[in-house]
Amino acid sequence: MMHSDTLINFAYIVASILFIFGLKMLGRQTTARRGNMVSSLGMLLAIIVTLLDRDVVSFQWIIIGIAIGTVIGVSCAKLIKMTSIPEMVALLNGFGGLASLLVGWAEYGKTIAAGETASTFTGTVIVLAVLIGGVTFTGSLYAFGKLSGKLSGKPVMFTGQQFVNGALVLGLLAAAVIYIINGGAGEMGGNAFYVCLAIAFILGITLVMPIGGGDMPVVISMLNSLSGLAACAAGFVILNNVLIVAGCLVGTSGVILTIIMCKAMNRSLAHVLFSGFGSDATAAAGAASDGQIEGELKPISAEDSYSVLEAARNVVIVPGYGMAVSQAQHVVRELAEMLENNGAEVRFAIHPVAGRMPGHMNVLLAEANVPYEQLAEMDSINPQMPMMDVAIVIGANDVVNPAAARDKSSPIYGMPIINAYQANTVICLKRGKGAGFSGIENQLFLLPNTRMLYGDAKSSLQSVVGEFKAMADA
Amino acid sequence: MELMLLLFIFVLAAFLGFELIAKVPSQLHTPLMSGSNAISGITIVGAILAAGVDHGSTLTTVLGTTAVALATINVIGGYLVTDRMLAMFKKKAPAKKEDGS
Repeated sequence: MMHSDTLINFAYIVASILFIFGLKMLGRQTTARRGNMVSSLGMLLAIIVTLLDRDVVSFQWIIIGIAIGTVIGVSCAKLIKMTSIPEMVALLNGFGGLASLLVGWAEYGKTIAAGETASTFTGTVIVLAVLIGGVTFTGSLYAFGKLSGKLSGKPVMFTGQQFVNGALVLGLLAAAVIYIINGGAGEMGGNAFYVCLAIAFILGITLVMPIGGGDMPVVISMLNSLSGLAACAAGFVILNNVLIVAGCLVGTSGVILTIIMCKAMNRSLAHVLFSGFGSDATAAAGAASDGQIEGELKPISAEDSYSVLEAARNVVIVPGYGMAVSQAQHVVRELAEMLENNGAEVRFAIHPVAGRMPGHMNVLLAEANVPYEQLAEMDSINPQMPMMDVAIVIGANDVVNPAAARDKSSPIYGMPIINAYQANTVICLKRGKGAGFSGIENQLFLLPNTRMLYGDAKSSLQSVVGEFKAMADA
Repeated sequence: MELMLLLFIFVLAAFLGFELIAKVPSQLHTPLMSGSNAISGITIVGAILAAGVDHGSTLTTVLGTTAVALATINVIGGYLVTDRMLAMFKKKAPAKKEDGS
């Protein structure tokens, strides 16, 4: 008996070490893939030794659960398109959060079934697991809805929103205290538990609801951190060290990523969470069209774009979410190769929060085989911008909007941008004339050196590439 | 006493987490996030214990089994997607050499 427990705990230590090494290796380009495998080995080990636990007596439910989960997990991972990675991560995250909630709930059911009352500590951590898990679950589902376009990406605000949130938190606290004092026993304690559960679910939605499209990278990263903390809370519920260590590692590393995202947008986390990104955008856009930069949108055809690009020696490509939406990454790479063969030097300027997830553009360009050396981060490419003959902006909006630097009334004022406007000519690929995902008017489009190439990014680029091919054949 | 030990582990793991991720190049942010997301599926350990231990409570077994399924999706989906992404990061260097020559 003693041996089995010691063995299990020893294996948990090994699993924790594998997680730590795995995370460390994930942070380096050369070791990242192996790191992921190391961490998955840790997971496998933790699962196997848990099955050996002498208290685990019935396996049929575990096997059914694992079988269902494996089928769904494998098919999700294999079928998903790389452009939909942010939604996928949000969804997986939500499942993880819900699982932690259920672990807390099951522990509550266990104490009730045994006719026991939970100690103050157990009661507190059960509430924490349910709360964090619940917020992670519904918050992630809502984020999934926004990212996959099933729900509006615009921030949803209503009057008295802060008041409602405040009331929910107070209600939660009251229910939690009643539950913990009663130890979950009796009708009172039981009801209090389910009130906590319900409020946690509602809070997840009301927290993500007012956060607008442009801030989605921050939200994803924050929810990721929360799912780790939920696992950690579940670890305290069942007094299990590997859950605490692994959950805590994910929780804190998620916090770091969240901070990096906020810095890249020059905003504080509190501002992201509570200000409702772009909620005052219409007012700001109105002000911008009154003064500041005046001009009109000047369309350009694919043929003219070709002539401009054909003469260019230095070209910078600025990808954004629009490239992901139209799946244009492969044709972008093709265009880059054409330009290089034509004697131009091509670079990709990647803004830290371009796309809907940190690093989203890097994944897509890697999928399309764009060489690593051509990718440049914002800080290294900006000083060279004035030397660029052409900047091609593909479905990027806020990250190239000069209003962030000039216009104090703009909601994105102060966010560091890629200075595409400094290039000699700017060609912007855009689906239509409307404002972007965040709803802000882009002053870049109005500048005298900017030309708009309207249409789906992929087909627009295909016509430009077609021009190159025709010329090469001629 | 066991509680204090667990809290102790928690605090140390928190500091370790901060240190581990401090300097990661931005192109790895997405794989890092989905990789760490897979690790948060560790809650499967708790789920297995809830589903497989006989507590004499149907509710616990149902909740535990659901938790096992959800956590498995999180773990398997998370690791496989991360691996798919990282595989793409790897293959490009040699591929370009051939094209460029």
